[in-house]
Amino acid sequence: MGKLTWDAIPLHEPIPLITGAVVMLALLAVLALATLKGWWPCLWREWITSTDHKRIGVMYVLLAMVMLVRGFADALMMRSHLALAAGNARGYLPPPHFDQVFSAHGTIMIFFVGMAFMVGLMNFVVPLQIGARDVAFPVLNSVSFWLTAAGALLINVSLVVGEFARTGWLAYPPLSELAYSPGVGVDYWLWSLQIAGVGTLLSGINLVTTILKMRTPGMGYGRMPIFTWTALAANLLIIAAFPILTGSLAMLALDRYLGFHFFTNELGGNMMMYVNLIWAWGHPEVYILVLPAFGIYSEVIPTFAGKRLFGYRSMAAATMGICVVSFMVWLHHFFTMGAGADVNAFFGIATSVIAIPTGVKIFNWLFTMYGGTLRFELPLMWAIGFMLLFVIGGATGVLLAIPPADFQLHNSQFLVAHFHNVIIPGVLFGAFAGYNYWFPKAFGFRLHRGLGAASFWCWAIGFVLAFMPLYVLGLAGATRRMQHYPETQWQPLMVVALVGALALLVGIVLMVAQLAVSVRQRDRLRDTTGDPWDGRTLEWATPSPPPAWNFAALPQVDGIDAFWEAKRCNGGTLKLADGEGARPLHLPRPTPLGVVVAFFAFFAGFGAVWHLAWMACCALACIVAACLARAWRTELEVEIDPARIAAFERGARA
Amino acid sequence: MNAVAVAAVRDAEVPVSERGPSPRQVIVSYGFWLFLLSDIIVFSAFFAAYAVLAGRDAGGPGGSQLFHRGHVLAETGCLLFSSFACAMMSLAIGLRHRRLMVLGAVLTFALGAAFLGLELTEFGDMLARGATPVRSAFLSAFFALVGLHGLHVATGLAWLVVMMAQVFTLGWRPMVLGRLVCFSLFWHALDIVWIGVFTIVYLGAR
Repeated sequence: MGKLTWDAIPLHEPIPLITGAVVMLALLAVLALATLKGWWPCLWREWITSTDHKRIGVMYVLLAMVMLVRGFADALMMRSHLALAAGNARGYLPPPHFDQVFSAHGTIMIFFVGMAFMVGLMNFVVPLQIGARDVAFPVLNSVSFWLTAAGALLINVSLVVGEFARTGWLAYPPLSELAYSPGVGVDYWLWSLQIAGVGTLLSGINLVTTILKMRTPGMGYGRMPIFTWTALAANLLIIAAFPILTGSLAMLALDRYLGFHFFTNELGGNMMMYVNLIWAWGHPEVYILVLPAFGIYSEVIPTFAGKRLFGYRSMAAATMGICVVSFMVWLHHFFTMGAGADVNAFFGIATSVIAIPTGVKIFNWLFTMYGGTLRFELPLMWAIGFMLLFVIGGATGVLLAIPPADFQLHNSQFLVAHFHNVIIPGVLFGAFAGYNYWFPKAFGFRLHRGLGAASFWCWAIGFVLAFMPLYVLGLAGATRRMQHYPETQWQPLMVVALVGALALLVGIVLMVAQLAVSVRQRDRLRDTTGDPWDGRTLEWATPSPPPAWNFAALPQVDGIDAFWEAKRCNGGTLKLADGEGARPLHLPRPTPLGVVVAFFAFFAGFGAVWHLAWMACCALACIVAACLARAWRTELEVEIDPARIAAFERGARA
Repeated sequence: MNAVAVAAVRDAEVPVSERGPSPRQVIVSYGFWLFLLSDIIVFSAFFAAYAVLAGRDAGGPGGSQLFHRGHVLAETGCLLFSSFACAMMSLAIGLRHRRLMVLGAVLTFALGAAFLGLELTEFGDMLARGATPVRSAFLSAFFALVGLHGLHVATGLAWLVVMMAQVFTLGWRPMVLGRLVCFSLFWHALDIVWIGVFTIVYLGAR
């Protein structure tokens, strides 16, 4: 059984054991409920095997929300521990456990919350915005999603079987080498990221092809909605950056499994090469997360200001500018490497340069709101919260970009405050704005406004309370990943940060309540128009929820904000492209390929973690077999009869 | 005017970016191009690692002691001619000529397998002389980079066999033809990577 023994179950550690038990009970309860209610056939047919980009997008977002709860539980443990562990007090998390908690927190929040949320929203929205019937490769899309889910499962299994990495979310060698991390923690990290990373790469290829090759007639580059522009930039970055992650993880795996010397201390290995490679992926990754969020704000703000976006062209140019420059700044994550003044100056200046296109965006949003008729619906609240809080994070980022300042602030709580300040108000607020904005499109009813607003205020205030103290603590000398501190004068600020984390907890609880209450009151919140916010882009021209084929006939687009123009000039009816009319459409059949591949990928990963070569090899062979079986399937599409489409269209209009 | 002429006039006036969704085959090839680019970036990470570690032989054998240029030249010849055969195969597919296609495929496979055989002989020889990947960072980077390329070649050979089976069981369907195009793109991309390996690893050996 390789390294796997009964000792892998942490029977002596109550926290992971109880958490694991609760999670498993919850999971069993959900499975039992689905079985009792007879939901399985429907779940299997309509969701698990679905190749519909809208369903897959919804599943990504659901995965992100579940993982947000997991990642936040880690955060709450760290904050409560640090509120206690001052002076002679030791807190309640021993160092090896604390190290696992912060490593898991970072890994989960970036890969399975931020990425899953953004990829989910892009999946759902982009084909609708460009007037496409699906993504370019719908089956591959299902494979991508399920691989991400398999990676998420693997990382969570580490909670109850074995341990997780104690190396931080990027597992720097030599600490992550076998000599210093002999356990399976780093291997869990490696394989869950490798599996999820392949899923993300495939989804990036899919969305770029979709955007570049499947736009409806008339939608030239200068007419694409800004969210589609940012999705294009983010997915180009995925294609260019994720292979570097794949390569670096493979090298670390070769070091750990076969005794190679890429990053070891001895026989010529070079650990700084790992740090360079991982950040050559890691910095573009930050923009992969934040660019789609910028796109969401660029959709939300014009809609709720009732005005066309100010500076469309400069917005697209700024997006592509950030896309390019994001590859030239990676070294600012380790100015202290000692590359010399010239190199550090180059990267410091390149980093500061990123503030220019970002500033252009902020001003464009402000000028869009200026003179508009603002409607303070939930998406706009998140967007304004973003603008107020994100600029603080941007400013501290420029501060950190100055190498001499960075030498003082490197790996301090100041840095922790900075990147949470860009990721929470930047990425997460954007994700929540998008969630509230497009939810009625996905399900046909709005989310509850009062609970949503309460959740927003908890998030905004909780964020300020949780992270502003960390700036002060960082300047006072508190380091990152610190498990205990002797200076009792830091404790009051640590307690304030804990209060902030508790406010964020209330925000999350309210968000769950918002969803539950909205589902119960769906008849009251129902939107029958398909256009609840008076939207501007093509997705609002479809019924809510849109049919499997999105558009019965492809629209002809003549400018930006195509649907807004149609409402202004033509009573909301889109002009149809030449040759579009009643004819049968072909949609891909549902296929279990994605879930089957991911099922075996999980076991391949689990086998690799525990050195169960037989399990890993069998699982890989099964993946190959599943793909080969698929390659001989010829009935790949179902035809949708024009009568059914016409009946649906009449129903939607009535 | 007939419909074709109307379409021609329209296409002349409408910019490429506004002509609507591309045909399926274009979409498939385009997606595969993007995949190849991302694969080349994986290689570039290994090239970068090799460039950093090339001199770090930790007192072990260096490249100039281990590599035989004649041997590598023969390997290169096999791979490039295999690509030539693959191009011939594509022409035969264009003519829907099954026997010529099989001839091209057999040549492609045989030359690719010969490349792989030569590479494995080289690896075996190095391992026998104690130049294993655990000996030094230079050898780790060498085996990982060249081995990754070899792994791609092996995958390509398996794919070629599968494609021949597809042609014989499914016939010339658009689905199969699309996969054949992707295979040939893949096979040529491996050549491009090999040119990098040949130049940087073997000609640049210290």
